[in-house]
Amino acid sequence: MISMACNIAGVPFKNPIIMASGTFGFGREYAEFYSPELLGGIVGKGLTLHPKAGNTGSRIHETASGMLNSVGLENPGVAAFLKDELDDMTHWNTAVIANVGGSNLEEYVQAVAMITENAQKRRTMNRRGVDMLELNISCPNVKQGGMQFGIQTEVAREVVRQVRNVTALPLVVKLSPNAENITQMAVMCEEEGADGVSLINTFSAMKIDIRRRRSVFANTYAGLSGPAIKPIALRMVHQVAQAVSIPVIGMGGISSVEDIIEFTMAGAAAIQVGTYNFVHLHAGAELVHGLEQWMQREKVQSLDEIRGIL
Amino acid sequence: MANVISNVALVPGIYVMKIEGKFKGNMGQFYMLRSGTGYPLLPRPISIYDIGEESISFLYRVVGEGTNLFSQLQPGQEIQLEGPFGNGFPQVEGSLALIGGGMGTAPLLLAAKYYPHAHVYLGFAQQAFGVEAFEAVAASVQVKVGGSIVEQIDPTLYANMFSCGPTPMLQALAIKTVDTSSRLYISTERHMACGIGACLGCTMRTRGGNRRVCKEGPVFPVEEVEFDDLHGV
Repeated sequence: MISMACNIAGVPFKNPIIMASGTFGFGREYAEFYSPELLGGIVGKGLTLHPKAGNTGSRIHETASGMLNSVGLENPGVAAFLKDELDDMTHWNTAVIANVGGSNLEEYVQAVAMITENAQKRRTMNRRGVDMLELNISCPNVKQGGMQFGIQTEVAREVVRQVRNVTALPLVVKLSPNAENITQMAVMCEEEGADGVSLINTFSAMKIDIRRRRSVFANTYAGLSGPAIKPIALRMVHQVAQAVSIPVIGMGGISSVEDIIEFTMAGAAAIQVGTYNFVHLHAGAELVHGLEQWMQREKVQSLDEIRGIL
Repeated sequence: MANVISNVALVPGIYVMKIEGKFKGNMGQFYMLRSGTGYPLLPRPISIYDIGEESISFLYRVVGEGTNLFSQLQPGQEIQLEGPFGNGFPQVEGSLALIGGGMGTAPLLLAAKYYPHAHVYLGFAQQAFGVEAFEAVAASVQVKVGGSIVEQIDPTLYANMFSCGPTPMLQALAIKTVDTSSRLYISTERHMACGIGACLGCTMRTRGGNRRVCKEGPVFPVEEVEFDDLHGV
């Protein structure tokens, strides 16, 4: 009897396939095509304390084996998320992860405190709340905040420390490949009490419209994701997994069952799927079924048998 | 996946692809189409051109790698498609004009079939295409090659107008419609990734706030549209 189940920081996942922030909305849109209950978990759209309109102009550009995005954290804000989205998300029997960003330290802390308080209140009413937090210190697409916290380890330390002080919810920190030293960053997260790290977010990148002689994006740079970044993501997950003892959630261009196996062998406790959701509308369901079939075919009872074997 | 029935160039670089199967869809809605297994990654949003009992057709122009791959598909080959997506044109009563510019004529054919009394105006920069399909179903079809088709339209004659085409054409029409009682609906375009409203990649700024072109659009009443934002992309 095979089992795809895994546990990260006390949160049970029925399988290791989690939909990445910003690629799955809050689940509602994809629920019209397949049940989110098939999935291990869903990371909601990146939240900030206050609503954010996001960037103007072009937000998407396709590249060789990847895509650039400059959405700029458009989101309804934490209060609207808790009021309008969370009931639907927790209605599905899958782990709910809130991704939280901020323009400054206070915003991070307030946003996390609000979500934590909400989860506690819901628990007293026997209702599910957010199961886990993913701290976004790595969004490259907003002028203020986001990635500035994710580049320097000692700057990031303060965010992780202060957020850790206001929440008992399982806390995963999403790391940027643009960090000066991603391994040091992960070690710092562990030192400051994070329950896990997820990596990698998008690479800061660029596309120039040579006819108009300007960047395609109003914000000049954008975030590169997709299969193009997978080999680098895999290397970073491998390095980080060897440096920390907390779980590592791997992501970056995962587009097949073979990719999931690679990340698992590199040490990932679970994985996130992002850009591939756009390539195939049913990507999540396809990967869950595909992973199960692979495990049966290869006679792998549990992914623990292959996790971190490199 | 579905099989291509035919894939024919109307004029160089502009094709009609017919795909086998029973498909749903209303005027102004679109499908996400993808062929091949590697690059390009993302499906392309293409308006529904026509729907039959056993087929669906798309009119497309070869502009990049994605549409170039489409143009190479032969009858019997497979293509991935999902849809229909988007809101489409509304149901309206009274007189109606359908105004298309270039590839913007594509989403109007279903409307012409649905409203046979509509007057159709088709404008092309260099070479007309697909006009016969409109002539077969519409009460009146006016065509202009070069210049602006908008000059030939008197908005006061119509209770409603549906339009799709280049932004300058849409804006000229919008300006001409100001101070008339004609209701103008325009179909917009944006690069898309998911096509279903999840990624926010196609968000457009409107007078009512941010709107997802793939979900709340692609058709908007003209009073909601901010042309500066349309021009900017």
